[in-house]
Amino acid sequence: MTPWDDLDFALLRALSQDATQSAGSLGRFLGLSQPATWRRIKRLQEAGVLAGRRIDLDAEALGFGVTVFLGVKLATKGRVSLEDFERAVTAIPEVQTVQHVLGLYDYRLRVVARDISDFERVLRRRIMALPGVGDVEANVLLSEERLSGPL
Amino acid sequence: MLDDLDRRILRFLQSDPAAPMAEVAERCQSQPATVARRLERLKAQGILRGQYAVIDWAVLGYAVEVSLRFTLDKTNAKAFDEFLTAAREIRQVIAIQTFLGRVDVRLSVIAKDMADYQKLYRNEILNLPHILELEALMHVATLKTAEALPL
Repeated sequence: MTPWDDLDFALLRALSQDATQSAGSLGRFLGLSQPATWRRIKRLQEAGVLAGRRIDLDAEALGFGVTVFLGVKLATKGRVSLEDFERAVTAIPEVQTVQHVLGLYDYRLRVVARDISDFERVLRRRIMALPGVGDVEANVLLSEERLSGPL
Repeated sequence: MLDDLDRRILRFLQSDPAAPMAEVAERCQSQPATVARRLERLKAQGILRGQYAVIDWAVLGYAVEVSLRFTLDKTNAKAFDEFLTAAREIRQVIAIQTFLGRVDVRLSVIAKDMADYQKLYRNEILNLPHILELEALMHVATLKTAEALPL
């Protein structure tokens, strides 16, 4: 049983494209009154389905030409504390996301850099210097698209 | 190009995208009208592309998130296009990324539970065209997701 209906999903779909739309214009688009739309948005926020906003910046125009995904395996599992690694890795400004995963790697990192030589600097001075770091695999991001998924 | 004020504005908006203009101005030691003008310019330049809502899929009942990493059969010139077209049709795919490296394409998929994931994997993922190799990373936890640029 889900407490959400098709109108909620339509709202989520619209907001995941553009979060700056007003309840009034969203309501007109969905055939709802402004207060009814506002109540639904509030309900989605309170339940935590709407988990905030993000601004969409053109990284390349801002001088960040390279995005690399790193798969990181810890070298001495059990001996290094995961907390130490996690604290150190999340503090690196160039590391945008850190995910703990299960599979071939232990962590998946998204790293931005100005160019390939800047990436090399981040990799050598920051990533390879992390406590317990073992095998690292790098894949350079070429393209990316977000989809609205099951909405 | 960008000056210090532009950077301060973008930095602050990355941490708090929904902040009202007056607060942005105050935190950036500027005036609301100036900030509004700067934001207009950043939009016109295509640097600030917009704002989108972040959806917490777990709250919507999708407790499982998996990264599927594919190596494609590049002897077929149409492999990428046909794979991507088919992947966009799968409803539980929330992101598609292409790479330069050992991995060609990564799909982020979500599922309600392991049974749902297995169904998705068998009926849809394994039917995607031109797969040479496929490996899965199951998300355990996300430790950092701001995706903020170190401006």
